[in-house]
Amino acid sequence: MKKEFSMERKRYTLCILVEDIPGVLSQVARLFSRKGYNIESIVSGETDRPGITRISIELLGDELMIDQIAAQCRKLLPVKAVKILDEESCIRREIALIKVRAADRAARDEIIQLVNIFRAKVIDVGKESLTIWVFGSQSKNTALIGMLEDFGILEIAKTGTIAIERGRSTIYDNNKLREEYDYGKNVL
Amino acid sequence: MKIRATQAIMECLLEQGVDTVFGYPGGTILNIYDELYRYQDRIHHVLTAHEQGAAHAADGYARSTGKVGVCFATSGPGATNLTTGIATAHLDSSPVVFITCNVGENLLGKDAFQEVDSTGIAMPITKATFLVRDAATIPDVMRQAFAVAATGRPGPVLIDFLKNVTAPSQMIDYDFVPWRENRRLESLRSLNASHQLKNPEPNRQDIEKLLEMIGQAKKPFLICGGGVVRGRAHREFGEFAEKLDAPVAITVMGGGGFPGGHSLTTGMIGMHGSRASNVACDECDLLIAVGCRFSDRVALDPATFASQAKIVQIDIDRAEIDKNVLTDHHIIGSARKVLALLNEKMPQYHHDVWKQYILPMRAPSVAAESEVLTPQQILDVIQRQAPKDTMVATDVGQNQMWAIKYLHFNYPGQLLTSGGFGTMGFGLGAAIGAQMGNPDKRVIHITGDGCFRMNCHELCTVEHYHLPIISVVFNNGTLGMVRQWQNLIYDKRFSATTLDRGPDFVKLAEAYGLKGYRVRTRVEMEAALDKALADGCGAVIDCVLDIDEMVRPMVAAGSPITDFLLKEGTT
Repeated sequence: MKKEFSMERKRYTLCILVEDIPGVLSQVARLFSRKGYNIESIVSGETDRPGITRISIELLGDELMIDQIAAQCRKLLPVKAVKILDEESCIRREIALIKVRAADRAARDEIIQLVNIFRAKVIDVGKESLTIWVFGSQSKNTALIGMLEDFGILEIAKTGTIAIERGRSTIYDNNKLREEYDYGKNVL
Repeated sequence: MKIRATQAIMECLLEQGVDTVFGYPGGTILNIYDELYRYQDRIHHVLTAHEQGAAHAADGYARSTGKVGVCFATSGPGATNLTTGIATAHLDSSPVVFITCNVGENLLGKDAFQEVDSTGIAMPITKATFLVRDAATIPDVMRQAFAVAATGRPGPVLIDFLKNVTAPSQMIDYDFVPWRENRRLESLRSLNASHQLKNPEPNRQDIEKLLEMIGQAKKPFLICGGGVVRGRAHREFGEFAEKLDAPVAITVMGGGGFPGGHSLTTGMIGMHGSRASNVACDECDLLIAVGCRFSDRVALDPATFASQAKIVQIDIDRAEIDKNVLTDHHIIGSARKVLALLNEKMPQYHHDVWKQYILPMRAPSVAAESEVLTPQQILDVIQRQAPKDTMVATDVGQNQMWAIKYLHFNYPGQLLTSGGFGTMGFGLGAAIGAQMGNPDKRVIHITGDGCFRMNCHELCTVEHYHLPIISVVFNNGTLGMVRQWQNLIYDKRFSATTLDRGPDFVKLAEAYGLKGYRVRTRVEMEAALDKALADGCGAVIDCVLDIDEMVRPMVAAGSPITDFLLKEGTT
């Protein structure tokens, strides 16, 4: 039987562990552009292991496409492990810094109330503006930004999405999914 | 032991058993060439006319010998001239280590003279690139590069040394470690941990499942792909095919993986595949593809490809599974290992009814008589008169398709052709590399007038090194394959394909100090090839052909595999 691939376009996060060497981020990113896939967001940061960086790439696609790109990623020399995470299997978070217009006291109060409801924080106060820090799922952050639009948003800085698997299993567990790892995951 | 950095580069080449390298010197790579001068008794450097020629030669050397090819070039234009050669090796999985130098650390990123981001350019067309900024890492990088190039699915690797790293004053620690023991070194062990530098062990259950599928099949069909050739699995494949007793199609890259004259061969499959191959593919109930990635030239229309069959893919590269065609079953492993395991357990099958349906569809292999010379006649003459183990390097286009269609290849490395990248000008470079690596064999270069013009300056390399390469030019005065498409699909609007221009290839050959022949009939071809073979020196045979010769049969790109746009035969 041919493997059934879901054709539904979903939001996936690809977590890639790479060696921290010059050019590695561009090498990974280029693979996506070469294959014609759009990256929704990309985040790169240190891990608990020295010399190993975790790149989290968020993209919209169907299952076959994600499988393909993961397989291609695994072939890159600096790549140590690749994990495909979909909405059900992981927790996703992002941070946004939002500078919003707060011309008078009333506006300021109203914004602070909103910020409290969303469990965000005011991290800078000026006479005409507030800067807000919000941490959460993409939908929560988008909702807050939507509410703040009424006051006039001056500037937004967002990180991309980072994701981690629910439960005990980690990206270091190589033998969990047969399809993914059994076959010598990175045979060059 | 402390030695010069450049000396370590040479020693690392010797570790790997390298005795021949190809290349072209220049400003930034002078230090390495200076060291080569000292090592000339152990490492033979072949100087080509152009870096692209050197790249193809190293590639041809690798394909024909099964060893890793090595090619040098300088920074900037030297490195960019390599790129077509690197991409050619990449798409055909040929193991070549390309070594370039770049400007010194103090000039890096300052747009210095002949500076270019070589590793950045090569990144998408190599298995790995290394930028060496610290001389102490040279032994590790060299060993890793060779291991990566040769392991698993082979491919090209690029090492870019900064000029200051190669300075004569750079002294580094080095100990000779023969390549077999290389793998135990720490630098390779760490690579091994994440990437498995040894070939994967095929999964036993997967093997059992395939055996079961074979047991149920009534109309099995085999495809011999490039993996059989690269993996040197021709013996195992032959045994498997005979036990399975099924028709065998050969892809362009698979030429040499299964004997061309074998009673089970149905010839090429795909766009210019034979009717027997394409019909078998369409009607079989089990398709087993070994080392084949179902490129768009084989699986023209993935949706209708082998639609009645269970498709099984045997490949060393996990990333190829389900990439172009969705499969029902796959086995990851080298063709050799997987086929050996299958052969162990497989009984002898007999599929006479199916064979008797497919095999008679094969076209007669004798060239029809005619007053004017035909492509099939030329190849017929080569097949009869050249030694049986003659290596053939082709260029790209009609000459390539005819050569693969009409010549019989019997061992891996006998056919050298740019199947994936379709590089015009590949043939002569590859022929030079093949002849250097196989001095006891004859090498024939099959080319067209368009392709030949792209790289004919390498005739000076043929002459200088006294290589007995015979270039057979299929001269139809046009870019034949493009004209064929214009003829069939573009309503005969021959835009920029007519090559009614010089040079006179006979005079050109003579200008390079080689023999030149012009032939217009089969008899003349026989005489010219006889003479060229007997002479033992490089020669060019200019074969005058009709401008409207076509490659038959033909299926248009993207069409179902049996929708022939052109049928087999001559009309």
